[in-house]
Amino acid sequence: MKKKMVILPCSVIGKAYGEMGRQAIYELIEDLGEEQATTTCLARLMIDDPETKGLVHENLVITVDGCARDCARKNVEFTGKTVSSALRVIDVFKDNRDLKPEGILELGEPGFKLVHHLARKLREEVDRLNRGEA
Amino acid sequence: MLDQFKPLKVGIIPCNGEEICEGTLTRFACRKVLDSLRPGDTVTICLPLFIAGDKGEQNFAKTFPTITVDGGEKRCSQKSTERLSGRPRYAVVISELLKEKGVEPPSSRRKLTAQDQTAIDLVAEDIVKKVDEILEKG
Repeated sequence: MKKKMVILPCSVIGKAYGEMGRQAIYELIEDLGEEQATTTCLARLMIDDPETKGLVHENLVITVDGCARDCARKNVEFTGKTVSSALRVIDVFKDNRDLKPEGILELGEPGFKLVHHLARKLREEVDRLNRGEA
Repeated sequence: MLDQFKPLKVGIIPCNGEEICEGTLTRFACRKVLDSLRPGDTVTICLPLFIAGDKGEQNFAKTFPTITVDGGEKRCSQKSTERLSGRPRYAVVISELLKEKGVEPPSSRRKLTAQDQTAIDLVAEDIVKKVDEILEKG
């Protein structure tokens, strides 16, 4: 059976990067469909939720972190799983410095433009992994 | 002197809740408390940073009173806080609170609607009540 892409954002609540990562993932999942890509609650890994750990361990994982602290990647790797790809929202932001989100959760038009950029970047990663490229 | 100690800040620890609509509601309700209702009295603790082992976040939660806010009954924020820092002063579970008050949960995790504002307000007010109790009683 073909593996799914499990895409996990850090969802940091103190910065707009968290919401941007989260929105980009929702956009991508709607685009690809739940049979190809899905997400789950990151913190369920901490409480050793068997269903969540199973999902993460049996599929390919892409993490989307807000910043260089890489909390989503670290939380996945604490469970013994190596992520297939790790993206940072801040890198997309650096490539589009003219776009600034309006608020932490209310991203506004410029924030959503960044979300679309990130969703496209994520799609490229999914395609690359589906081609079997490491 | 010690019995006169009153906490200066209350830490709010929302769950991540990416998978569920209540998780999105958690974020909006907590931000409302942090930004509009009790901006000087509350700080947020970033759950992913906290569980990734950040000592600053964990020590804050050990020293100051906390309120965990979970979207669903798995109570990830509450359980993580108990494991890493100690028992939160209050633990809010949004799915239970909405059920108790007869308020519908949001139907989308991606975007909340004007109708969901009632649920955001309800949860935010519940958190504020708990913040005020902590600040008053210490």
